[in-house]
Amino acid sequence: MSQENRLILLEDISKDFDRHTVLSDINLYIKKNEFLTLLGPSGCGKTTMLRIIGGFEFPTTGRVLFDGKDITDEPPYKRRVNTVFQKYALFPHLNVFENIAFGLKIAKLPKAEITSRVGKMLELVNLLGYEKRSVDSLSGGQQQRIAIARALVNEPEVLLLDEPLAALDYKLRKGMQLELKRMQQALGITFIFVTHDQEEALTMSDTIVVMKDGLIRQIGTPKHIYDEPKDAFVANFIGESNIIRGTMPKDKLVRFCGLDFECVDFGFEKDEPVNVLIRPEDLVITDTDDAPLKGVVRSVIFKGVHYEMVIDAGNYLWKVHSTVMVPENSKVGLSVVPFNIHVMKLTDDELTGDEL
Amino acid sequence: MNAMNMPAWGIWLMALGLGIFIVMIILSLKKHRGVHRSLFAWPYSLWMIVFTVVPLFLIAYYAFTDKAGSFTLDNFKNFWDSNYEMKKQLIDMGFDVSAMELSDRGTVNVDTLVYSLWMAFKCTVICLAIGYPAALFMSDRNFKLGPTLIVLFIVPMWMNFLLRTIAWMTLLEDNGIINTLLESLGFGKLRLMYNSNAVLLGMVYNYLPFMVFPVYNSINKQDIKLSEAAMDLGADEMKTFTKVTFPLSIPGIVSGITMVFMPSVTTFFIPRVLGGGNTEMFGDLIERTFLTADNWNVGSALSLIMMVLILFSISLLRRVDPQGEGESLL
Repeated sequence: MSQENRLILLEDISKDFDRHTVLSDINLYIKKNEFLTLLGPSGCGKTTMLRIIGGFEFPTTGRVLFDGKDITDEPPYKRRVNTVFQKYALFPHLNVFENIAFGLKIAKLPKAEITSRVGKMLELVNLLGYEKRSVDSLSGGQQQRIAIARALVNEPEVLLLDEPLAALDYKLRKGMQLELKRMQQALGITFIFVTHDQEEALTMSDTIVVMKDGLIRQIGTPKHIYDEPKDAFVANFIGESNIIRGTMPKDKLVRFCGLDFECVDFGFEKDEPVNVLIRPEDLVITDTDDAPLKGVVRSVIFKGVHYEMVIDAGNYLWKVHSTVMVPENSKVGLSVVPFNIHVMKLTDDELTGDEL
Repeated sequence: MNAMNMPAWGIWLMALGLGIFIVMIILSLKKHRGVHRSLFAWPYSLWMIVFTVVPLFLIAYYAFTDKAGSFTLDNFKNFWDSNYEMKKQLIDMGFDVSAMELSDRGTVNVDTLVYSLWMAFKCTVICLAIGYPAALFMSDRNFKLGPTLIVLFIVPMWMNFLLRTIAWMTLLEDNGIINTLLESLGFGKLRLMYNSNAVLLGMVYNYLPFMVFPVYNSINKQDIKLSEAAMDLGADEMKTFTKVTFPLSIPGIVSGITMVFMPSVTTFFIPRVLGGGNTEMFGDLIERTFLTADNWNVGSALSLIMMVLILFSISLLRRVDPQGEGESLL
């Protein structure tokens, strides 16, 4: 990646609130026109990180660079960044037009230009004709789109979005996900998106940053993070997973449930303890004869697209997704191709015995 | 009807109300087959009827009758011309009043009212000028002392209002604490008391909390995200205040103005203590008319005039804040 493409650079950022550390050792760059998602459970520091980029919090240590310029101490109104707040934070004393025009009026643009730009924005978010409405009279989804229009009308280089879809219902959220992605591609703006919803992150992002306890756990494309999670936490947080302890007798061979399996991972010490990840959709139900793992179906739940089954095999309850239903209590075999076995190093916590 | 038999028929009135109340409870219990929530509104309705609606009618009754109980507008004429009663008596005695040169023009009541309104206006403006910034600073989340200061604003209100005013006397007196201090520093004594500024000081001191609290509440309850959004959209601290914080605090200001202005107009006692009787206000005039002059009819007329004026000024305020929260005070 060439240096010029790095629009925002976070260098050794840490943040303490009253001696309580919420962020530490944050190093991250954000490329131009990228859709980057900060993903993690609540309390992982993702919102604080967004607020540091927006200028609402100042880091305890470290620097924020924007286009190569240090903006660590600059107030929000001097940054070429706009924010869509979690609960929208629309101005209740202003109508829809005045809300969207707020930033343009502050910038003292000519009236005709303000009117035309606000009009264009309302068109973009499909709310033409709502200019005179009071914001309290709008539905959650409409308020949300006004909040996006109010930020985008200023033509920021970066748009920050703090869980903007959290308050919407499922259908609306799905629609807005695609809408946001479309806007981002059409306008060519960098989006930094905060969410705890892994599906949302996978759907929209170019890059996902997985966070936990104020630390970045993994950075990568949605596919990379899903297929090659760095540790058990990331694997569990993104998608569903079977994680079992094992060892590596040698390269490309992993041992778990008392059996040796071929795999594609290498570079471990001999007999190094590891976590083995197998996604539920990668386990294949076969006849008992040819399968290395033999077990009994404990439960079957219909999930729409597939059946979710729990299969007791090799002293582990395997979660299996299959489009073919196998009745409860039937004896089955489980197999998995080497490519779908993913071996992960243990984290320091796991090595010292603290389970996740 | 005179003042002496008031308590007796007041008690009868309350007994009647209580009777109606009991009947209502029985009817309500029958109708809803059990306790209904509207039942609990009856004690308050009763209270309002006995102690608000009835007295209002009584004031109106007294204001439009003479001592004998027959209808008259003389009480209001007395307000307009304080010599009216005297002139009437002189005419009755056969004097030609128009030829007489009276020592005063009879405008004392009107003058007092105008003076009271002017004082109340000044008091409200000063309270707003002091109270708004105070409320603004105290509601700043980064200002850790804010909540403590708010409590300190409340503490004087735990003391009696008369006591608080008398306490100012010991400060402002010719031989009071301030003058003693000034003299010991070699500045010489100042005439601090017995003028309208001392009265104004006493009023501001007493009514300031009524400005600070509503304004503080209206700022404090604002979502901090709104100011952040303004800053995010390019507004600096000053613009954020003028475009967001201030407009959203207008309901608090309207409440504050109402809560300071109303008691300010009716202020009494403070002018007598700190103004030394040189600066009588309308509240004192009403009190004097009722208690010293023992004229309930003129006193009621004066009260009625003031009520109408207050109602008028509040309805003006409501235009500033059409959907606002200040109207709960009307």
